[in-house]
Amino acid sequence: MSTHTLAVLAENKPGVLSHIAGLFSRRAFNISSLAVGPTQDERVSRFTIVVDGASTPVDQVCKQLEKLVRVLKVVELSDGAAVERELALIKVRVDPAVRGQLLEVAGVFGASVVDMSPTTLVLEAVSSPAKLDALLAMLDSYGTCELVRTGRIALARGAGVITDDGPALTAVPEPADTAA
Amino acid sequence: MQELTGAQALVRSLEQQGVEVVFGLPGGTILPTYDPLLSSSLRHVLVRHEQGAGHAAEGYAWATGRPGVCMATSGPGATNLVTALSDAYMDSVPMVAITGQVGTSLIGSDAFQEADITGITLPITKHSELVTDVARIPAAIAEAFHVATTGRPGPVLIDVPKDVQQATGPWSWPPVMDLPGYQVPGPPSLTAISAAAALLVRARRPVLYVGGGVIKSDAHADLLRLAELCQAPVTTTLMARGAFPDAHPLALGMPGMHGTYPAVAALQEADLVVALGARFDDRVTGRLADFAPRATIVHADIDPAEVGKNRAADVAIIGDLRLTMAALADAVAAALPDGPDGRQPLAGTADWLAVLDSWKRQFPLRYTQDSDGPLKPQYVTERLSALTGGEAIIVAGVGQHQMHAAQHYSFTRPRSWINSGGAGTMGFAVPAAMGAQVGRPGELVVAIDGDGCFQMTAQELATCAIEKIPIKVLIFNNGFLGMVRQWQELFYDERYSSVELGTAIPDYVKLAEAYGCVGLRCERPDEVDTVLDKALARTDVPVVVDFRTHDREGVFPMVPAGRANDEIVLGPEFSADEQRAATRREMEI
Ligand SMILES: Cc1ncc(C[n+]2csc(CCOP(=O)(O)OP(=O)(O)O)c2C)c(N)n1
Ligand SMILES: [Mg+2]
Repeated sequence: MSTHTLAVLAENKPGVLSHIAGLFSRRAFNISSLAVGPTQDERVSRFTIVVDGASTPVDQVCKQLEKLVRVLKVVELSDGAAVERELALIKVRVDPAVRGQLLEVAGVFGASVVDMSPTTLVLEAVSSPAKLDALLAMLDSYGTCELVRTGRIALARGAGVITDDGPALTAVPEPADTAA
Repeated sequence: MQELTGAQALVRSLEQQGVEVVFGLPGGTILPTYDPLLSSSLRHVLVRHEQGAGHAAEGYAWATGRPGVCMATSGPGATNLVTALSDAYMDSVPMVAITGQVGTSLIGSDAFQEADITGITLPITKHSELVTDVARIPAAIAEAFHVATTGRPGPVLIDVPKDVQQATGPWSWPPVMDLPGYQVPGPPSLTAISAAAALLVRARRPVLYVGGGVIKSDAHADLLRLAELCQAPVTTTLMARGAFPDAHPLALGMPGMHGTYPAVAALQEADLVVALGARFDDRVTGRLADFAPRATIVHADIDPAEVGKNRAADVAIIGDLRLTMAALADAVAAALPDGPDGRQPLAGTADWLAVLDSWKRQFPLRYTQDSDGPLKPQYVTERLSALTGGEAIIVAGVGQHQMHAAQHYSFTRPRSWINSGGAGTMGFAVPAAMGAQVGRPGELVVAIDGDGCFQMTAQELATCAIEKIPIKVLIFNNGFLGMVRQWQELFYDERYSSVELGTAIPDYVKLAEAYGCVGLRCERPDEVDTVLDKALARTDVPVVVDFRTHDREGVFPMVPAGRANDEIVLGPEFSADEQRAATRREMEI
């Protein structure tokens, strides 16, 4: 699957999430994953949106997103040039006999144990989506009973920074008589 | 700093924006705003249904180029605006809708007449805002007008809870707008302009494919200059009728599903298609893969998302069409050879124009009006066109009558054709004509409406009569949902399912009179001129004419939905030989 990762900066205002989600459903674009949270500037939220390039015209997605009045900036993060991470919490049923084995697997994938009961373990894994998929495949054979993933977040590598560099505030134009 | 209530600030902001008229209907949650409206310079036109207010605002905007404004209460008042908002969104009509909302503390509680109207209209507005702070009102209104009228125009909805209208806040104008994410494209790229000009100068079979953007950006004068400089034929879409005079030798008429043969075929054979404020809509392209198969595409539009959306562009020009067209015409003029009297038109398209002229002669819009036969809608339209010199403002509903009007009225100027193009909203004509007449009070505004459409919003005749808005409504009464009947005839083996309305109920003449309008009826071809003269002469009251038109008349030519434009059907007025010749389309250039 050819996925594309978009970084979308938007005003941190009510309704922005539904504007963005609504655009995807209205235009029949497919979202593989969406994650959103505040940035260092409290007025700005950052969305990381993963779309499937095979079923969705990514160029159209970007242009339509840019048209949303509350959206400040849309950048496609190119493959490999971005650090991509997902967090997962996984509850696994464990037989005491294989607990050691399981901890070894977790260790290989850099996952840590954040909760334990006599019959279960909760693992926390933060990694690239591919590595996370591999871990989940391994855990399946032990018995994953509950899984929650955050959706991908991504940041471009290197010194480049994505900022909201649009005009900050605009003055009101002369009334009426527009060339609309 | 002066203090005003939210309601006062709202009305004052509208005045400051230069608004002259608001179409609306009050109710509980918008009541605070209707009070200062009484002492305002704004004219309020009290409609009979909020959908009428919405379409009236649209008609006003189409006719004047200024944003239309409508107002409604929360819940059902607001949801009654939905169809008009969707219509304005599809046709890029600048419009601001103001709705009351239940008090802030009640939002989310299923309060009386609560509806999440910003949520409901999210996919059909360019922008919307629920204003929760009285101090935001001036800025919210200024932003609404800015967003509605700049870039690609569209509808904006401002929802104001009742307590916010009642609260007091500081007033100052102009407010500071806070739209950090809203950008209007700058001037077009000169590189793209020169690339397009070079293509135009070299093209042997160019077509200018003109859409509604040319009218919205007032670029018609440069369109004429460009077409004449390049000697390129012009086709005007349903959204662009009037952008180029139909009587001009370079005019091909309308393209698309019910376009003229020369327009449809010219696009299919073109080596260069220059799309100007048009969006390659499916009703124009037919089956997309087979549209204009040999053409290089230049696409000029203010909305970058339209370029490449349906058809890839070889040259993309993003920006205001008025600037684009002027620059393009200049660039073409500069590239033309010098003649004794300055720049000479290119001769490179002469063969192409000769072919197109022969198509115009061979395959015109054709219909037969027998002097004692049933009245034909095409004939009524042509007589109207002749009697008004193509100078009336024509507003159409949706259906066969709309297509006959678009095909047979000979338009002479922009903003004289108003219709529901993208959404195809039945019931558009009467209220939109009302709005157009309010915007251009001295002019002749004529709605050409279907009997089906008319019955969807006829109640606004009361508004027109009482407010002295003297529109003329010509009902093409064929007793059917004619366009649907035509599809059932052609694609469902003449199995007519729920399309017959009957011609007699209601009695449109009596209905008109009941609404305080003049009602006339016309059943025979020889009465048409007299009845039209009578109707057009009344400038004091609205007039409704019941034209009893032929119930089996179809709209042709026709490209069946989903088919290639090359499969254009000329219709029953043409022989099998003529149809074959049209399909084969022999030409050598
Ligand atoms: C609100 C709405 N409902 C249904 C349709 C589908 N439709 C398109 S044209 C048409 C028939 C219109 O009938 P009429 O107004 O009599 O016009 P005619 O085609 O007979 O000229 C219908 C039902 C529509 N476009 N809009
Ligand atoms: Mg009808």
